[in-house]
Amino acid sequence: MWESFWFEFINFYFIPGLVLGCIYALGAIGITLTFGILRFANFAHGEIMMTSSYLTWEFVLVASSFGLILHPIIGAIPASICAIILALIVDRLFYKPFRNSPTIMIVIASFGMMLIIRSMVQVIWGPNQITFVKGIAKPNSIIKDFTSSIDIMLLIPNKHIFILLGTIIIMLIFNYLLSSTKIGKGMRAVSDNPNLAEVSGINVENIVKATWVVGGFCAAAAGVFLAMDTQFIESTMGFRMLLPMFAAAILGGIGRPFGAVAGGLIIGLAEELSAYPWLGDGPVISPGYKSGVAFSIMVVMLIFRPSGLFRGRVF
Amino acid sequence: MNSDKILSISNLIAGYGETEILHNVSIEVHKNEIVSIIGPNGAGKSTILKAILGTLDIKSGEIFLLEKKITGIKPSDIVRKGVGYVPQTDNVFVSLSVHENLEMGAWTIETNLKEKFEELYNLFPDLKDKRNQLAGQLSGGQRQMVAMAKALILNAEVLLLDEPTAGLSPKYRGEIFATIQRINKSGLPVLMVEQNAKQALQISHRGYVLVDGSNRYTGTGQDLSSDPDVARMFLGSRG
Amino acid sequence: MEIFLGYFLYAMSLLTVGGIYALLALGLNVQWGFAGLFNAGVAGFAAIGAYTYALLTTAKSQFHFGGLELPLIVGDITAMIFAGIVATIIGIICIRLRADYLAIATIGIAEIIKLILKNETDITNGPRGINKIPRTWEHFTEERFYSNFPMNFISNPKGWEVFFDSIPKWWWQPFFACTILIVVIIIYFLLEKLRVSPWGRMMTAIRENEKAAAAAGKNVTKRRIEAFILGAVIMGLAGAFLGQHLRLIEPTQTFDPSKMTFLVWVMLIAGGSGNNKGAILGAFLIWFVWSSSELVTNGVIEILATMFDSVDISILKNRAGFIRMLFIGLLLQFILQRFPKGILPEKRPAISGKSQKYAG
Repeated sequence: MWESFWFEFINFYFIPGLVLGCIYALGAIGITLTFGILRFANFAHGEIMMTSSYLTWEFVLVASSFGLILHPIIGAIPASICAIILALIVDRLFYKPFRNSPTIMIVIASFGMMLIIRSMVQVIWGPNQITFVKGIAKPNSIIKDFTSSIDIMLLIPNKHIFILLGTIIIMLIFNYLLSSTKIGKGMRAVSDNPNLAEVSGINVENIVKATWVVGGFCAAAAGVFLAMDTQFIESTMGFRMLLPMFAAAILGGIGRPFGAVAGGLIIGLAEELSAYPWLGDGPVISPGYKSGVAFSIMVVMLIFRPSGLFRGRVF
Repeated sequence: MNSDKILSISNLIAGYGETEILHNVSIEVHKNEIVSIIGPNGAGKSTILKAILGTLDIKSGEIFLLEKKITGIKPSDIVRKGVGYVPQTDNVFVSLSVHENLEMGAWTIETNLKEKFEELYNLFPDLKDKRNQLAGQLSGGQRQMVAMAKALILNAEVLLLDEPTAGLSPKYRGEIFATIQRINKSGLPVLMVEQNAKQALQISHRGYVLVDGSNRYTGTGQDLSSDPDVARMFLGSRG
Repeated sequence: MEIFLGYFLYAMSLLTVGGIYALLALGLNVQWGFAGLFNAGVAGFAAIGAYTYALLTTAKSQFHFGGLELPLIVGDITAMIFAGIVATIIGIICIRLRADYLAIATIGIAEIIKLILKNETDITNGPRGINKIPRTWEHFTEERFYSNFPMNFISNPKGWEVFFDSIPKWWWQPFFACTILIVVIIIYFLLEKLRVSPWGRMMTAIRENEKAAAAAGKNVTKRRIEAFILGAVIMGLAGAFLGQHLRLIEPTQTFDPSKMTFLVWVMLIAGGSGNNKGAILGAFLIWFVWSSSELVTNGVIEILATMFDSVDISILKNRAGFIRMLFIGLLLQFILQRFPKGILPEKRPAISGKSQKYAG
């Protein structure tokens, strides 16, 4: 018998937590890659996510003016290509000059990039919220009927199915990349020891470019998934995600991509589950403070175990 | 073209930023030779190898590989031209497997390497059954072997070794020196920086003594071993 | 005559806000220039200062905690104390973190502060903010002040009312601006004295070569925390002044890190980080650029509108703020690449130290 506790818990807290976790996970991958290979915290990462969702919306809009109704995931393809190009251009113009400078220079530069990209989006599309997908997402009827026939009931809207499946597929591709391709192994090598990589003859600049491509792609996916989930886009959505994504990367261990995934899932779940009325009537943490959950986890990690769960780099 | 000179450094002045470490250093490595560079700590021995690789600032002087100038070229290009390098520490990718480490060494090579890998596993039999283990889990001596194998995969013209026996037990030390001789006999010249001056000179054809960043003595391995000044300075207290 | 008055008042407001930012920059310079700490949460400390001042000095209100109606000086000082307390807590927890970790942590803390201000509506009136914050000098014109000591000593309320009606409404602006400038100058001199004091020389030693300093027995962590707290205290004061200048503060827009924290960093880098004079110069310069860019972009929009009918003025004007932010951002990148030491470079540069070897 599917008690009302489980029904409520799984459908309204756990699964949304998982979905949010997937979004954080995808974003955190890019952050941990940049942290591990380029050795700095990229504050502009959230803005790449945000720009991707705006570009997706724009592509879908333009297509519809030609009579084509595109699913956001299709629109996301040209959008992610643009996002990757943007990341590469930003690296070439604004980060590359600081490759051999103290970390602080590139951190300030990325801080500035965060504002430049966000302002560009605000100039082009305006600061207000734009509806990404209209209407209320109804639970998928196949799953609903199937699971209620076996006495549990899962209400999962299609958008969540896309996000969960999409994340799994991206993870599998990513795993293959890192473990079985030359460039993937090169990325692991540079993340492990950039000086040794250089004197081994590895073309580190190519690895850096590959990092932006992979990181940019994951960021774009995260951005589109976020837009699909919340059904609207606005110019601060990237910044809102930035702290939880940093927290996820630190939680997993810097330079450990799958640690970042684990970190993202944990933080997504923690955020959603913190709103559950565990003790009687009200939620443990008032919803307004939800974003504080990720931050607190991060601070705790930095104090007690800065190398993260999976022992990444500590700088 | 005098094909005897594989590597030559002439009148090198180099260092990091403002600091000058090497003052007018000249070194040559000929075909089939093992050349050792010995000297007190801080003499700049490791710096010479780094200068060859292009990882620090060269203020004046030239470096030639096979009579062609390689001064100032990017490290990855120098490696590509055939300079194999084994750093003293941090010389393996600890989170990659042994085999993946070798693959990284082979980054610049396009062709199929299956035979080359087999050759190397035969040269370092200890590593054969460890090929899928993470390099970080190996002992110091085994890691050193991975580091050397990684540098050898390149079909290098010359092999640069930075204190290959540093921190190793006597058993491994002997093995490493024996391996170096084997490698050299197969036709690869070796330029070696060593703290274990006595053992190094024993297997070297020639040696250079570096003090405070300048050439002090040079001669055959045997001559240097039996030179009383050299012996007094370096061979007395150390192995 | 009207035009001159307009320019005069504009200049007053430039000096006022420039001065407030100069204080923020001086505070940040203590943290960055003296101690090498990357504080990305400047806006948070300013917010603490502003809210503390507001809550202590505003009149009783059903919307928020307060009604204490304390003298303004008390408000200023308590703002500084509160900012200092929060900085102490944060400092003890976070000070050992490396530059970008500290940046992440301080941004997070600024966000948490914002969240608290937004959510604890009983105390702070949440998103709607606090208004009618009494402004130094202007407060004399408020009934609450002139009906009480010491003003009632000089004249009765009616007399004051008549007096204030007779003088121009803007009379307080130059006084307010001067007060802030005097505070800037005082703090500047105090900081300069501090810089050459034994404490200051120790901070320089730590910044140049931390390992050597630690080996010589200096308590690096403690000194850094002290610098962090001192910087935060100055920022708190700046926040209090900002609250007075704006008269209305609320948690999200007023203390937007993109504007405030970022602008202060641009000011410090442009002026010359590590350098108190540079901080002040950078603040006034960048504020002037930022402020006048508003006039410039408005002017350009007007011209474009008269040239092209299709241009929708209202949208452009709306987006003008973002265009300005875009340019300030690009300006920062330009300065960072070409003039990283700023206009007035310190004799011993702040952005120095071991450079880490990077990939590529």
